[in-house]
Amino acid sequence: MPVRDYIRERFFPHLWCPGCGHGIVMNALIRAVESLGLSKNEIVMVSGIGCSARISGYLDFHTLHTIHGRALAFATGVKLGLPGLNILVPMGDGDALAIGGNHFIHAARRNIEITAIIMNNRIYGMTGGQFSPLSGYGTRATTAPYTNIDHAFDVVTLSLAAGATFVARTTTYHVQQMIDFFKKAILHEGFSVVEVLSQCPTYFGRKNKMGSAAEMMAYFRDHTTPIGSKAKKENPDLIERGIFVHKELPEYCREYDKVIERAMGKGK
Amino acid sequence: MAKPKLKEHRIRMDWCKGCGICVAFCPKSVLELDAQDKVSVARAEDCICCRLCELRCPDMAIEVVVEQEGLQ
Ligand SMILES: Cc1ncc(C[n+]2csc(CCOP(=O)(O)OP(=O)(O)O)c2C)c(N)n1
Ligand code: SF4
Repeated sequence: MPVRDYIRERFFPHLWCPGCGHGIVMNALIRAVESLGLSKNEIVMVSGIGCSARISGYLDFHTLHTIHGRALAFATGVKLGLPGLNILVPMGDGDALAIGGNHFIHAARRNIEITAIIMNNRIYGMTGGQFSPLSGYGTRATTAPYTNIDHAFDVVTLSLAAGATFVARTTTYHVQQMIDFFKKAILHEGFSVVEVLSQCPTYFGRKNKMGSAAEMMAYFRDHTTPIGSKAKKENPDLIERGIFVHKELPEYCREYDKVIERAMGKGK
Repeated sequence: MAKPKLKEHRIRMDWCKGCGICVAFCPKSVLELDAQDKVSVARAEDCICCRLCELRCPDMAIEVVVEQEGLQ
């Protein structure tokens, strides 16, 4: 199916700023869905609030645009009710890990089959550039004009510790890798997390003097490296890209079905 | 399989916001921004149809159309 059939053209051009990485994430997600040959009817996209969350309005799947930080709670309900559907939950770093942090770790812990996509631009874009739990020590934001003293979460180690069974990281520069990770995450039978380093040239870029959108992507190219590379050993500051875990564990909806069976007296 | 041959870059001018990402990362420097800050194809003959501009466009504004596609 042509790529344009997956979007709601009537809402284009979209509201994201020129060069916003969120558009690249959307582009890659469409390619992943297209290449897996999924029908639009098999997909439910659930988002919260933020520039990132606006993605659900542009894609022609079943879509739910819910409330800030709670997309995973709504998504859990949809998945338990209709476990045959593929659930995609795109979230900003604030949406996923500030207000939504608890929903995130518990969804991961339950290993419910949901694809969580963290569009990490290290800032609250929608509300004007406040620092987020991903901004990191020493960065600047509207609310940290004299530099931020909060340390950042590492999305990958957090997800692993919380129990996610598929965890990957890439960037908007590495678009082919992003498509590949989205495909694997969607196929994974468990809670999957794909962190995508995404640029917000308007706030994070401007506040931190990172230049144009393309320069921010060049930064992703130059400051990331494949997991376990020689470059990483030589320069520990490089951020690793790749699949950090991909393992099978009992999935929540399937386990819940067994609970129903046991309760009906068939299980034992 | 033969190398794909470019038919055209199909561009949605009204969707292009002139961010310059396609221009910056085209491996063959095929693209430029015009006077209105919209993408334009300056050296179509150098295009190797890698589609990186299409895939990295945040605005879904570029499609690399190759010759064989009509035969599908
Ligand atoms: C309950 C609630 N609290 C706060 C807000 C205000 N708010 C809207 S979006 C947002 C953060 C957006 O940042 P992020 O999730 O990182 O997404 P981005 O806009 O950067 O893509 C906040 C705090 C809200 N809408 N609802
Ligand atoms: S404010 Fe930032 S995150 Fe929001 S659309 Fe603009 S560039 Fe994207």
